[in-house]
Amino acid sequence: MNYETIIGLEVHAELSTKTKIYCGCTSEFGGQPNTHCCPVCLGLPGSLPKINKKAVEYAVKAGLALNCSITRASRMARKNYFYPDCPKDYQITQQDFPLCANGFIEIETKNGPKKIGIERIHIEEDAGKLLHVRDGSLVDYNRAGVPLIEVVSKPDMRSPEEARLYLEKLKSILWYIGVSDCKMEEGSLRCDANISIRPEGEDKFGTKTEIKNMNSFKALEKALGYERTRQKELLDGGGTVHQDTRRWDDSKEMTFVMRSKEHAHDYRYFPEPDLVAISISDEWIKEIGQSIPELPDDKKKRFIEQYKLPEYDADILTSSKKLADFFEECVKYTDDAKSVSNIIMVEMLRLMNEKGVEIEGLKITPQHIGKLVNLVNKKTISSTAAKKVFDEMFTTGKDPDAIVKDRGLIQNSDTDFIKGIVLKVLSENQQSVADYKNGKDRALGFLVGRVMKESKGKANPAIANRILKQELSK
Amino acid sequence: MYTIHELHEKLKNKDLSAKEIASMYIKRIEEQDGIIGAYLEKNFENALNDAQKVDERISKGEEIKDVEGIPAAIKDNICTNRVKTTCASKMLENFIPPYDATVIGDLKKDGALLLGKTNMDEFAMGSSTENSAFKLVRNPWDTECVPGGSSGGSAAAVASGEAAFALGSDTGGSIRQPASFCGLVGIKPTYGLVSRYGLVAFASSLDQIGAFTKDVEDMAVVLNSIAGYDEKDSTSYKMDKKDYRKALGGDVKGMKIGIPAEYFKEGISSDVKSSVLDAAKVFESLGAEVVDISLPYTEYALAVYYILASAEASSNLARFDGIRYGYRSKKFEDSIDIYINSRTEGFGDEVKRRIMLGTYVLSAGYYDAYYNKALKVRTLVKQDFENAFKKCDILISPTSPTVAFKIGEKINDPLSMYMSDVCTVPINIAGICALSLPCGMSSNLPVGMQLIGNYFEEEKLLKAGYAYQMNTDWHKMNPELRGGK
Repeated sequence: MNYETIIGLEVHAELSTKTKIYCGCTSEFGGQPNTHCCPVCLGLPGSLPKINKKAVEYAVKAGLALNCSITRASRMARKNYFYPDCPKDYQITQQDFPLCANGFIEIETKNGPKKIGIERIHIEEDAGKLLHVRDGSLVDYNRAGVPLIEVVSKPDMRSPEEARLYLEKLKSILWYIGVSDCKMEEGSLRCDANISIRPEGEDKFGTKTEIKNMNSFKALEKALGYERTRQKELLDGGGTVHQDTRRWDDSKEMTFVMRSKEHAHDYRYFPEPDLVAISISDEWIKEIGQSIPELPDDKKKRFIEQYKLPEYDADILTSSKKLADFFEECVKYTDDAKSVSNIIMVEMLRLMNEKGVEIEGLKITPQHIGKLVNLVNKKTISSTAAKKVFDEMFTTGKDPDAIVKDRGLIQNSDTDFIKGIVLKVLSENQQSVADYKNGKDRALGFLVGRVMKESKGKANPAIANRILKQELSK
Repeated sequence: MYTIHELHEKLKNKDLSAKEIASMYIKRIEEQDGIIGAYLEKNFENALNDAQKVDERISKGEEIKDVEGIPAAIKDNICTNRVKTTCASKMLENFIPPYDATVIGDLKKDGALLLGKTNMDEFAMGSSTENSAFKLVRNPWDTECVPGGSSGGSAAAVASGEAAFALGSDTGGSIRQPASFCGLVGIKPTYGLVSRYGLVAFASSLDQIGAFTKDVEDMAVVLNSIAGYDEKDSTSYKMDKKDYRKALGGDVKGMKIGIPAEYFKEGISSDVKSSVLDAAKVFESLGAEVVDISLPYTEYALAVYYILASAEASSNLARFDGIRYGYRSKKFEDSIDIYINSRTEGFGDEVKRRIMLGTYVLSAGYYDAYYNKALKVRTLVKQDFENAFKKCDILISPTSPTVAFKIGEKINDPLSMYMSDVCTVPINIAGICALSLPCGMSSNLPVGMQLIGNYFEEEKLLKAGYAYQMNTDWHKMNPELRGGK
């Protein structure tokens, strides 16, 4: 039978606030165990929470960037459960009145763009971390009280691939607007998925399972793929899907039951009496809205229109806000956006990758890159020379004019000078000359290369080409 | 037995030094407390050291604050830095908080001497202080009787002269009922007036810290120290500090005092009823106007209270799980055993009863029938008072239906125990303020009346209470105790 897959994601993102959500402790990752703690985040008797305004602001910012409506009168609730990493044995979260609701994200699928609905975004506190050792278990509460947002999608995804695209897009937006560093490896972005299948054409949802513990995009796609197949085989074999919570094991590439519905928690939610309702004014929402930068999708569209870049280039340049800003800074110094794009994508990203340098650590400046493009376009230097100049600019941060001058790289268009070199190269490479004459066009490229090398990159390649052809046809 | 303002005069006039005052109270505790049982933890050395500092300030001619050098007792559910805070529970038998509650910080800043921590019903659940995991408290007026609860230790300490004033907490009457049983002035301030930071929570939306004093003037002095906005408590009300002593004096002519019919129905003892109605006549004779008022939702208040308070308690007490601090059972194989066995062995019966009730009313399938319904009735109880305060300035009622009962009399009958809070509970549900003060005697035990005020109108209560005490002597009576008055 053919089945339709229904997927919804619940994504937790740690907010990049300096302090925790209900106290003034640092929310920095790591640290000696239990050093980022106070009576409030440890839930000591008598302590009271106080909400971090910045966490609310970041959540609202995420809500606006994800096209949500913002709840003007929101409130916190208690979710009660016993677990050693939960200091108060309840988590202060939101239930009936989440901060943001009814948004969407647009993804690019094979069949064109698709909107994935967002049901709600709420704020809550993170729990501590358990460490199991030989003699027992230890708890580190440094992470307890770090602010989180939970972004709950609608069950709008129809394949594991769509789920991955959604998560990638969500990550890029949250990271872009600066509310979360979204480091999946440090657990600051975590994803649970609900998945069910139903016979094609059926309206009713099938029984869903929940998969937890997927810590990469690849794992998410694989786990959902595995679960889709598992459910399909179950149904085709006449079995039924149980409403389980399952764990994804990355090494075995399988899901395992964590708990079944019979053992599901009754969280006994009720309004948190220690915190007053959160009220959000229109002015504040407007202010937060104004702090949201241009988002990746909009930026990409603008790059294509404004700079006439191919989609591929625009995609790469807008993959990070810093890179996009760097590009736009370069373009202030030259009219040739495409050449700037080429230099950044081919040379700069390669060197950054090789040397492990981030944008903020670059010695090379946008102004110098603009200048370099202009030097090539004005034919002051050849593109071969430009590569050398770029390498030196990258390592030293020197001005390209100075490099060109110091190393004598100014392009030479003097036909006599070039002809002299051409004749020398031809006499030294008789085999290639013969090859060319026997119809091997590739030999020409080789000879041009030799001429450029002989001239130390100074020869104007167009002229070198022309003279070479002239001499060879003699 | 001295009031705060009497001691303050003596300090100022150098009739007594702070050290002499502290020693006098310490001696009293040593003589009496073996019988009364008010204190769980004594902190005499610190109190004497602090007294020394006060004396130094006086000798330098510096001006001293109203509570400076005055010995106080603190209910043992209010956190004190580096001093045990047990909530009279085996669960927290050895818990030493690393911080002070905001009210403790306030009292320390104002120079009060903290003599020690007082006994109570475990986690403030109870109306007789018989639920303490450690020992009984006896009523100084009759040692066969309970002092009331849950702040019974604080009440008994002040009534027996073992402290000049004491702090307590009031979730459903836990200050006013023992104040009434022990012949003291007790206040439940408006929710949000006094910071709850550092008060070990029982029911967060109802809890409020308040005080026991000998008279109304003293109450104004203590409120001046502990009332005010605290940024650490998000339910704390943002307003400028008031001087409550300014509310004292002046006449009550024209003040409208409501008598809510529902508080004088069956179940209220005739002596209590007549004492309170006599007090109303005193107000009338002072020129106040007494009007009849109805608060129709009163009959539901007790039910609402036990649903909401238990629900919040079940959640607030979850943290006592044997993992981080406090009692841990020695019998366990895994973490589930730690929770179950630690809580089974660490909590007393009344606490367990309320945790179970609270867990039930919050559970899926029952939430709407109980918790949510209770929230709606809570709104109706509030509206009752809002309507009443459109017609009068304050209300007058009994504090408790009876005078102090015998030890053991109600301990096996939870419902009859809960009934002793029937007059006080609605005030916590609405979040308004109320003052209990002595207004008579019945079988040699004090009778208390309750003055109820609108939100943040403590001044009206103090003004009326002060006028009453200027014209009556009930507050000047003291119990006869071994060791003399």
